[in-house]
Amino acid sequence: MSTGTLRNPNDPLNPEKLDPAVLHDDTNYASGKIAFFQYVSVAVFLFLIAGFWKLQVQNNELYSEAAERNRIKSTPILAARGKILDREGRTIVDNHSSFSVYLSRENLKDEHLPAIAAGLNMDFEELSSRLRRFRSRPKYQAIVIKEELSPAEIAFVESHHDPDTFPELELVHVQHRLYPRDNLLAHAIGYVGEVTEAELDLADFARYNQGDVIGKAGIERQYNEILMGVDGQRQVVVDNKGNEREVIRYKEAEPGRSLQLTVDLDLQIVAELALEGRRGSVVAMDPRNGEVLAMVSRPSFDPNKFAGRIRQKDWNEIFNNPEKPMLNRAIQANLAPGSTFKPLVALAALENGVIDENTTFHCPGGMSFYGHYHACHKKGGHGTVNLHQAIAQSCDVFFYNVGNRLGIDKLAKLGELAGLGKETGIDLPFEYRGVLPSSRWKARTLRQPWFPGDTISVAIGQGYLAITPLQLAVMTGGIAAGGVWQRPHMVKDPNRIEPRKSDVNLDNVNQVVYGMYGVVNQGGTGRVARLPGIDVCGKTGTAQLASNELLRSSARLAAELRDNAWFVGFAPRVNPEIVVAVLFEAGGHGDQAAPISRDVIKAYFDKKNRNVNRLPTLALAPHAQKGFAN
Amino acid sequence: MASYRSIKDFDWGLLLIALLICSIGILQIFSAGQGTKWRDLWWKQIIFVCLGLVLMWIVSSIDYHTLLGQVPILYGATIVLLILTALFGVKIFEARRWIALPGGFLFQISEFAKLVIVLLVARFLTELRTESLHWKDLAKLVGLVIVPMLMVMKQPDLGTSMTYMPILAMGVFLAGLRWQYTVLIAALALVLIPSSWFLLKDYQKSRIQTFLDPSRDPKGDGYQVIQSKIAIGNGGMWGKGVTRGTQTRYQFLPVPHTDFVFAAFAEEHGFVGVVFVLGLYFLLFMQIVQNAQTAPDRGGMYICMCICATLLFHLLVNVGMVVGRMPVTGIPLPLMSNGGSGMLSVFLMLGLVNNVRLRRFVN
Repeated sequence: MSTGTLRNPNDPLNPEKLDPAVLHDDTNYASGKIAFFQYVSVAVFLFLIAGFWKLQVQNNELYSEAAERNRIKSTPILAARGKILDREGRTIVDNHSSFSVYLSRENLKDEHLPAIAAGLNMDFEELSSRLRRFRSRPKYQAIVIKEELSPAEIAFVESHHDPDTFPELELVHVQHRLYPRDNLLAHAIGYVGEVTEAELDLADFARYNQGDVIGKAGIERQYNEILMGVDGQRQVVVDNKGNEREVIRYKEAEPGRSLQLTVDLDLQIVAELALEGRRGSVVAMDPRNGEVLAMVSRPSFDPNKFAGRIRQKDWNEIFNNPEKPMLNRAIQANLAPGSTFKPLVALAALENGVIDENTTFHCPGGMSFYGHYHACHKKGGHGTVNLHQAIAQSCDVFFYNVGNRLGIDKLAKLGELAGLGKETGIDLPFEYRGVLPSSRWKARTLRQPWFPGDTISVAIGQGYLAITPLQLAVMTGGIAAGGVWQRPHMVKDPNRIEPRKSDVNLDNVNQVVYGMYGVVNQGGTGRVARLPGIDVCGKTGTAQLASNELLRSSARLAAELRDNAWFVGFAPRVNPEIVVAVLFEAGGHGDQAAPISRDVIKAYFDKKNRNVNRLPTLALAPHAQKGFAN
Repeated sequence: MASYRSIKDFDWGLLLIALLICSIGILQIFSAGQGTKWRDLWWKQIIFVCLGLVLMWIVSSIDYHTLLGQVPILYGATIVLLILTALFGVKIFEARRWIALPGGFLFQISEFAKLVIVLLVARFLTELRTESLHWKDLAKLVGLVIVPMLMVMKQPDLGTSMTYMPILAMGVFLAGLRWQYTVLIAALALVLIPSSWFLLKDYQKSRIQTFLDPSRDPKGDGYQVIQSKIAIGNGGMWGKGVTRGTQTRYQFLPVPHTDFVFAAFAEEHGFVGVVFVLGLYFLLFMQIVQNAQTAPDRGGMYICMCICATLLFHLLVNVGMVVGRMPVTGIPLPLMSNGGSGMLSVFLMLGLVNNVRLRRFVN
């Protein structure tokens, strides 16, 4: 050591001043402490290695999945739904292109929300309540915050969804359902909507995923599988900023298939116009094969309001309307058919031999049965009438007597064959079955025996009897076709179900049809339905909703419970091609419903005879007007 | 300077292990930097390693007794430089930790202050001739250490200032502390640590809260820890392979070249790689401990043990952080993390250790 010049001679560290022996042994006193430190080091290393063991060996799969979720982003490519076409291939329901904005909540920064809401012209409250509503959904699933963006809103999203501004925004191209204007065929078509949480719990909906848009009502629901298509998917690798690095999977969407209906748009439009401003329903059907040519229910609703996310206000307006616009009266109005039921009674009576064409009854304007007086709709009475006159003039007393002779169960037997009291099996969801009373029915549902007096009301289409307009069309069409009842259907279907046939005597059928010919053409109750050159047959019905005594007691009740007007018509008289059932709620009298039926039948024959230019026109789906990025 | 016997006495084992760890670090910085703005950092790291070797050689050459003799000057210079940093330092991310040197280099005084504190503690304790520390001496030593510590804490740089603690603790531990004092200090710590909560800045509080529950803020402070754990877990037993770590490559892992370099390494090399590298660190530390055991005097022993303590502390806090067992602090991983000042300061420490070794056969 020769560096002493640097050292202070008094420095205790100066080796010259210290006893070298002391210095050498000096470190030994610490050897225990050093050993202790070594154990501490071992413990630190074991502590750290245990941490890696837990992450890398024990939970490797968990973290690998997390890494994949980080890295791989999937965006759905939404499949367009199939179009819905009329019987001639004309488009009824189409799609239009639009953009929706999705919000990814994985990277969501709450302080971005007010600016996002402002850019999308949304209320901040609306946006936050929407986020709250979807809180239970998994975070990695982006949620729709606005649909049908305007060009300005699209520009906002496109210029702001970069990693540095609002990376949580995502623009998705969607095909929106576009329904015809003026609520055309709204009930039969139905509407689509996003599958709800509650529906996902049902077995029928198990195959759908959250966020899927599915048919909720009508054809859209019934044929959802065909119409829906299969969504595609695009999987990309992204970095932490959300920048795409590479596409690892691309699956095109398979669009849904188109569906051709049996509905004839021309007839549909005529029927819609004829019922405009009224409450009720029109069903036009080809009795030869069950093809539904037109189906109208009024009041109606605009399915376009459901095509997106329905606004609460619209929803309330539709569902709180006392006139129940969502009800498809064609298959869901369960009402007494009134005298439109008489042809079936007549046929049953003829078939069972309780009357023949020459049987007459005297109508003094009413008659007592089993201690109850039953009035005829004609105050002075019809005098003595036979079957033909009784149908043409709709004599109630005649049919009271016929019903009394026939008995309920023989009537019910033919009624069942004609499709009453059960679903017609039309390809629409939520069909009502109606009520076809019989002694068995009464015993089962009311737990009471059938009284002969019960039959009297049923014989004129009142009492326990309840049918839908579609059932009336099917029943009447089947009688007119000679006892062949087809299953009604909305979609062109080569796999037709065999009709129910009965071995009714065609002479008896002709007797009944002749009576219905008289209704229209021989000064009967439905003479307004007459069409020159066409053998229109039909039957009016006026169904009471309350007893005469009750109606007389209150003018307000009388106005509210005005009789329902019915009419069922078919043409031509032999081998009918079209049957039209009309329900005009609170129409007052059946002859109020007859012109509606006449208009549809006229349109059918005008078209058949190539006089198509006489048909009225209606604005249909305004395809090119909505949407802008097609 | 022929104060050491020969080139053979140089601690080649220590150097070899250190260079091995550095190479792995450089490889990892290279891999993580692929396709990012950090792609050139790996060769800068090589330059710093070379620079570090030079410094190590220089510091080995000066007898550590000489260095111990200069502690007052070194200590004073450090305090002055820390004041200069506070006044004229470069501000990055709201922190004033660096002094700009010509040529665009940033010089972090607080990293080099570690060495000065090691020398200070060694000198102070060797001057004592008692079997155990008297409370007056203890107070004096704590006072000397706490001044630079508070200055660094104010920069703010809580992480670096905390690395001074193990130096002090190791010194006091070796010097011997009566058990009454130990109890007293433990009691004081129990009172002071919770109350110091109120002195912490908001971001520091939230880091500790996030450590206790990372899911509390998965997009903010918790993000780093969650992504780091995902990266490590994703590596599995054998790793994803160099440049194949998706967490690293797609930058989900924050700063994969500095504080989280070990997480990036763990993703690409798996548990096996982790155990290998941690094993290297363990060997390095044991080599330092061995030098302490063979040191010629108390001064040399203090130097080696204090260095070992602070390096172990770095490792524990940094690796503990990436694996989610320690709160997030900006303490780099010695020899692996990118950063010039940190790298040079570690090589200086290794130089000091080597210095002690070279003088173990005092005449």
